Amino acid sequence: MTVHGFLDDFSKFAADHGRNPEWLLPVRRAAIERFGERGFPTTRDEDWHFTSAARIADAEFVSLAAGGGDVRAADLEPFTFGATDWTQLVFVNGRYTPELSAVGALPAGVRVASLADALREGVPAVRERLTSLAALDHGAFVALNTALFVDGGFVHVPANVVVERPIHLLFVADADGASGAAHPRTLIIADRHARATIVESYVAVGDPMYFMNPVTEVVLADGAHVTHLRVQRESERAYHVGTTQAHQGRDSKYSSFSFATGAALSRTNIYTVLAGPGGEVTLNGLYMADGTQHVDHQTRIEHVAPNCTSHEVYKGVLDDAAHGVFNGKVYVHPEAQKTDGKQTNNNLLLSPDAHIDTKPQLEIFADDVKCTHGATVGQLDENALFYLRSRGLGADDAKTLLTYAFAADVVQRIDEPAVRDALETLARERFVGAMPAGVG
Amino acid sequence: MLEIIDLHAGIADREILKGISLTVRAGEVHAIMGPNGSGKSTLAQVLAGHPAYEVTGGSATYDGEDLLALPPEERAQKGIFLAFQYPVEIPGVTNAYFLRAAYNEIRKSKGLDEIDPMDFADLVEERLRLVDMDREMLQRAVNAGFSGGEKKRNEILQMAVLGPRLAILDETDSGLDIDALRVVAHGVNSLRRPDNATIVVTHYQRLLNYIVPDRVHVLAGGRIVKSGGKDLALELEARGYDWLVEAAPAGVAGAAV
Repeated sequence: MTVHGFLDDFSKFAADHGRNPEWLLPVRRAAIERFGERGFPTTRDEDWHFTSAARIADAEFVSLAAGGGDVRAADLEPFTFGATDWTQLVFVNGRYTPELSAVGALPAGVRVASLADALREGVPAVRERLTSLAALDHGAFVALNTALFVDGGFVHVPANVVVERPIHLLFVADADGASGAAHPRTLIIADRHARATIVESYVAVGDPMYFMNPVTEVVLADGAHVTHLRVQRESERAYHVGTTQAHQGRDSKYSSFSFATGAALSRTNIYTVLAGPGGEVTLNGLYMADGTQHVDHQTRIEHVAPNCTSHEVYKGVLDDAAHGVFNGKVYVHPEAQKTDGKQTNNNLLLSPDAHIDTKPQLEIFADDVKCTHGATVGQLDENALFYLRSRGLGADDAKTLLTYAFAADVVQRIDEPAVRDALETLARERFVGAMPAGVG
Repeated sequence: MLEIIDLHAGIADREILKGISLTVRAGEVHAIMGPNGSGKSTLAQVLAGHPAYEVTGGSATYDGEDLLALPPEERAQKGIFLAFQYPVEIPGVTNAYFLRAAYNEIRKSKGLDEIDPMDFADLVEERLRLVDMDREMLQRAVNAGFSGGEKKRNEILQMAVLGPRLAILDETDSGLDIDALRVVAHGVNSLRRPDNATIVVTHYQRLLNYIVPDRVHVLAGGRIVKSGGKDLALELEARGYDWLVEAAPAGVAGAAV
């Protein structure tokens, strides 16, 4: 959508006071002004060097009207991880859909709601935290989201409370969302020593073309543990630009996994700030693309406080003429002594036309740290193929098994079994067709 | 069972095997010895069908069939097994899956149904004892993070499960301490039958104290320069390889057995 189109959207939007608590409007105004000044990024911007946003900038997306969508519960079955007792909020074309949602048994004080409801109610934690982590300094797409978001997820886990079952925020697009733009906004707050697992899925029913521009803020207070699994399975005609910004207190633990197989063009930004000593972060991910798909991941880990640990493993499998991008930044501030950071990006290219641009970046301003990073790009290992064939497996089966094994290795690091099993199955189906169960 | 005649093979225009002739009969154990770079491992890889090696001359016949025309998986399905000098790590695939997949592929090639999983578990359990490995290794990824000794034992475990007719052990002794060597040798000896055969490729005589060969061949410069009984290995241990390598006249085809 053109810059002007979005600016027009905002004018109409700002007039609708029902959606705008008084405190939010100036934030939205500042965001749209920033977007108006800067416009969409171009490949001259360093962080967008390998990904052109032109297809999004030039398209004419309509702003999605409230409600809409013709999604049935049965349509969601492939996306719900076989879980029946999870709390699951479903958003169709960006709007909360209570008929498809279910709030399971939650410990006292835990709040899981649509952000629109929480805003209407004037929940103090929303006012305090929303847009506090991601707003103006995160570039055009976050600014656009900040200006135009209507709905999304809100999760608040109070101090010392452990939520055992995962909370699933499921964003579905369908034919009614075709040619539309949606900007879901999600806020996750884990108070001191709270624990929760959040699954955030972006999926489609059918193969509509649309633009999904979600932003998620995750606040981890001291000692909080949040596992955050992000599943991007958009329609293969869709555009997806998603940003997650986490902020971690002392001794907190943030475990993120990004699984991306959908969209014609996707860009996933996962950023965290280790603001208190003793914090730990794990950013893992798997992207698999084929045809002419473009899949871009940008991660940034900011070590602000000392004695923090960051581990990162991203893997990519690219077939046909798919284009992958990985840019992982680890930034160690001068005060962040005793930082322990390890970053790896491994890519498997299955076709001579598949392409990856990988750029691990370490910027270290402290002198007593242990940081490593590495990236590999390769084809299937000839010796491994021969090893499997020498045991009786046919050449095609051997390739299949090795491709699956490459991907499964990182998926197997997911702690939540239902999600791990589902993503393993997806990885299998994606490139290797039907394989006997129990491979892993 | 295996008849190799004047085999020439190499990699990327470099000839490594320069005329190997060798006959292995059912029930026999043959040792292939020789200094580093003599072509021992190349011979093992060529017999198993590694696609990086090109056969430029000669023949290898296995049970009357042209072995060199078969892709590696068909050689395996017909009973050839190579225990790798450097077993490959495959993160993401468990040993349990790998063993069962390989076992079933071989069964399928014979027109048999896949084995019942419970029966297979029993078979693996028994074979694990043979190589003194814990069953928990079955849930670990193939060779990933294994010590050198564990990798070699895993090769023998695979061999024990798959039950090949012709096993080729490529420097299985290298990097093993004496206890691990005994375990490996015990595994190999337990699997010996009158209808199968073993080729032991090794640099040192040590392994041959435990796996006693019927024939010993010395490979040097891509040719077999001397063949003899098990005493030849002891002589090599005492005298080294130099006397044979120096004595081998250039351009002479390898001695047939």
